[in-house]
Amino acid sequence: MSRNLAATLRKGAPVFAALGDETRLRLIEKLSSGEALSIAQLTEGEPVTRQAITKHLEVLADAGLVKSSRRGRERIWELQPTRLADAHAYLDRISAQWDDSLERLRAFVED
Amino acid sequence: MTTTSDRIEKQIVLRASPERVWRAIASAREFGSWFGVNLQDDFVPGATVRGAITIKGFENVAMTMLIERMEKERVFAFRWHPYAIEPNVDYSQEPTTLVEFRIEAVAEGTRLVVTESGFDQLPEGRRFKAFEMNSGGWTAQLANIERYVA
Repeated sequence: MSRNLAATLRKGAPVFAALGDETRLRLIEKLSSGEALSIAQLTEGEPVTRQAITKHLEVLADAGLVKSSRRGRERIWELQPTRLADAHAYLDRISAQWDDSLERLRAFVED
Repeated sequence: MTTTSDRIEKQIVLRASPERVWRAIASAREFGSWFGVNLQDDFVPGATVRGAITIKGFENVAMTMLIERMEKERVFAFRWHPYAIEPNVDYSQEPTTLVEFRIEAVAEGTRLVVTESGFDQLPEGRRFKAFEMNSGGWTAQLANIERYVA
């Protein structure tokens, strides 16, 4: 069995929990242009307070999906794409395994 | 197709009767035959059934299924640890995902819907080698993100 496969098949558990929220998904969307954005920019158009947005960003940061830095006196946030891609890739792997299993089931019952 | 971060759902229409499909799923021997695992016991609600995988590349990896629900020719559900293939890790203390097979008679035979859910509860703090993207670069990553959030 490939060690690389074994190591990569399970990845990013906290990422899924971090993504399981509509507001956080919208924050990811806003950041997906690649541009670093401030809290003010990220709160724009959201029906929640800046504090709430900050808390959501902290959850995303804990999961390694976003990171913040200082630009002058402002804190700005940007996407860390690798972890999100990892999470997607993990579910893709499981999904592909199910596709394979179900094709084996098909071959088994449709004779 | 992945619809959310917590679950995977698959649908397949099989040219076989619901009774045939049920047998293939609910009989541990038949299940093991197509899935690729040598199971030691029969499927009974509440049972813990163990086996060794026979799929090429995963030979002898241990598999444990916790049988939850069996409704003849309708639902077969069990819990397991998805891809619990690291040899030195004790998965027994970790949350399981729930796999549900739902059977429905259709004109062509049987529609089978398989759902695996509970990925959001998988444990934090597990460290593995970072997944190496075959195609690196921002463009490829953004395409992944775009697909994921779309």
